Formats: sequence, structure tokens, C-alpha cells
Amino acid sequence: MRTVTTDTPLGTYLVRLADDNLVLGQRLGEYIAHAPELEEDLAIANTGLDHIGIARHLYGLAGRVEGDGRSEDELAMLRSEREFTNALLVEQPNTDFAFIMVRQFLFDAYQVPLWTLLSESANSELAGIAAKGAKEATYHLRRSSSWIVRLGDGTDESHRRVQAAVDGLWRYTGELLESDDVEAELVSSGLIAASSDLSAAWEGTVDAVLEEATLTRPADRFQLSGGRSGIHTEHLGLLLTELQWMQRSHPGLTW
Amino acid sequence: MDAAFPPGADVVTETATVDGVRHLLETVTDPEIPVLTIADIGILRDIECFEDGRVSVSITPTYSGCPAMEAIREDIVATLTDAGYVTEVTMVFDPAWTTDSMTDEGRRKLAGFGIAAPRSLLSVVDEVLCPQCGSSASREVAPFGSTACKRLMVCTSCGEPFDHFKEI
Repeated sequence: MRTVTTDTPLGTYLVRLADDNLVLGQRLGEYIAHAPELEEDLAIANTGLDHIGIARHLYGLAGRVEGDGRSEDELAMLRSEREFTNALLVEQPNTDFAFIMVRQFLFDAYQVPLWTLLSESANSELAGIAAKGAKEATYHLRRSSSWIVRLGDGTDESHRRVQAAVDGLWRYTGELLESDDVEAELVSSGLIAASSDLSAAWEGTVDAVLEEATLTRPADRFQLSGGRSGIHTEHLGLLLTELQWMQRSHPGLTW
Repeated sequence: MDAAFPPGADVVTETATVDGVRHLLETVTDPEIPVLTIADIGILRDIECFEDGRVSVSITPTYSGCPAMEAIREDIVATLTDAGYVTEVTMVFDPAWTTDSMTDEGRRKLAGFGIAAPRSLLSVVDEVLCPQCGSSASREVAPFGSTACKRLMVCTSCGEPFDHFKEI
């Protein structure tokens, strides 16, 4: 498999986590002023801020781990699509509110056990970032789960839309729990948890919420992956074009 | 996110004291909750004073996405620079900040400002008290409020809406 790497496995791993959060934060930012009510607009904006904030901390740490001084801005703004290693799930473009909440829910259900395990990392900075991430992700999950239940167990129309979103996004969920060689080395040195170790918690959360929401869990048969090795769906390039335009057009621009 | 000491900055001969710097930093507040100093919130972690007059301040972020952290960092540098000290601000992550780091004084100021203070993470019996009438009867209107750290509540006794600083 093609692997996008930085100079160190830990740097490579941190950039993956940061990319997940940056890309989802950007997607949520795109939706501001389109939510069905003001409170949800605030929630989406604040959730997006949490994701971008944690991405900044992780890029900063990745830069220090790499040791060649790449700043968080360089990592976020000056890498191309093939150098981004976010999961495919988070780059899927916004459609309706049900889709946005399902994307969030499937990701939150992964982030909670991820940060919880990483808060035990042998790298104390990563452990500190993760300890905070675990609390925020738990809060995000509480909100996204309650929307899945409300929409799934709501009207025929809301049920239809949220089930369609679950069916459409299911193919991107297997990738969240895939482990690879980059992880193996870090797991053995106690720096991270293997993604495959998260599957029991993820499955438990997802199954319980889908059942309460009267939704049907799709078959696992067809799964896509490639994000961790820089092979993305057509949507990421467009997202990055908007995200990076200012820095690409005016190199070194600062506030 | 380490900030280096500014190059070529004049180094004053007077050595700062930790207490002196702490006193100066009492004017640095959260730009979104201006009644709280950075010490009240519990994000001021450490102050180190060097013999040549340089000062190093460590702070820790509250919520990961709190946009106030950049403003706070700049305010610390500006305040101490005005007092004649060459200042470095470092962001530390371990251990992670929690709302239990907020001082009792901070909690009182927060309630006086109209924001219900975070409950202790160690207590399961504390209730959210309405900052207007003190009633414990309230319900959540929305899980997020005007900032990432707050949620929107309404008091079912006096009917006033209010922000609650969420526990993390």
C-alpha cells in the first residue's frame, strides 16, 4: 500500500488525526447559516471549532516530533490532496441535515474511544491533548446521538433521510478502524492504540443508537478505503482549494 | 506552538519576581468572559523569571477550539512588555485543563456575571443554579451557547434564559 509519511511514524500518525479534524471542521464551517435552527447553527459552528482547535494542537505537536520545524500552518495550508491522510468519511460533502448528523455521529463514535485510549499515551503531550479531546468528543457524541434518535424515530420523511445517510456513508466507516504498519510500530512502543482496538467500542455505540433510532444497520460488504494513503474521493481537492486558496495565492500571508 | 523570545528585544536589568508578574497578570482576562482573570480560569500554569529580566509564562488551553487563547497569549506579552519584561509564552497540554481548575473566586465572579458556574467534576449532587434567582430548577435549551464552553439553559422558576459553563 502507498503510504504518505512524514519523517517519523509518530508525526505521520499525528498528521492523520489532525487531518481528520481539520477536514471535518472545514465541512462544518461550510454549513454555518444553513442549519434548520439558530441553536443548531451555533452547535455546528462550535463543534467545528473544537475539531479545528484539536487539529491545530496535533499539527503543532507533529511539527515538533518531526523536528524539521514545519508549522501548523504549513501542514494545514501547504500540502496537496495526495499528502492529506484524513479518512474518506470526513471529506464527504454536506447535503442535508440528516447526512451531516450521521457523518458526525459515525465519527464521534470513533473519536471517543480513540481519545480515551490515547490519553494513556507514553507521549505526555499527546496524552494531554487526547484527555481534552475525549471530553469534547463525548459531548459531541451526546448531541449527534440524540439527533440520530430524534430523526430516525421521528417522521417518515426524517426516518427516510437519516436511513439514506447511514446507507450512503456506511462504506466509509471500515477505514476508521483499519490498522497499518505505521501504527504497528507506535503501538509496540506504547505511544498509541491500534485502530482495530477501537472497533468494539465503535460497534457498541453505533448498534445501540441505530436500534434506538429504529434504523437498520447496513451490511458491511462493500467498504472503501484509501484516505490514510492519500487516495481520496473527488471531494477533498475541492475542499482544499477553498481552504488553502488564500495561503496559496498570497504565500506567507498572516493576519 | 512555542514562542521564542523576540530577537533583538532590549533586556532590562531589573529582574522580575514571580509575585510581581502574577500581580501584573491580574489584568489579563478572558476576552469573552472579561470578569475572569487567567488565574481565575486556571489556565495560568507557571511563571519563571530569569536574572536578565526575561519572563517565561506557561498557559494551557481550555477547550481545544477556544479562539480566546490567541488573544490571551498576546495580552500576556503586551502586559509584561509594557512593564519592561521580555516575555515568552508557552502552551502546555499535560495535564489537560478541566473546569475543576477554575478557582472558587472565579466561580463567584462567573455567577455574578450571569453565567452559571461549572459544577465540580467530583460531585454528583451539585445542581446548576440559575444565576438570576438561584433556583436549581432549569432545563437545557441547546447543548452549545454563544461560545464552545457554554450551553444555553432556561430557569423554570423565574423564566430567565442563561448560559451555563459546561463541565469538562
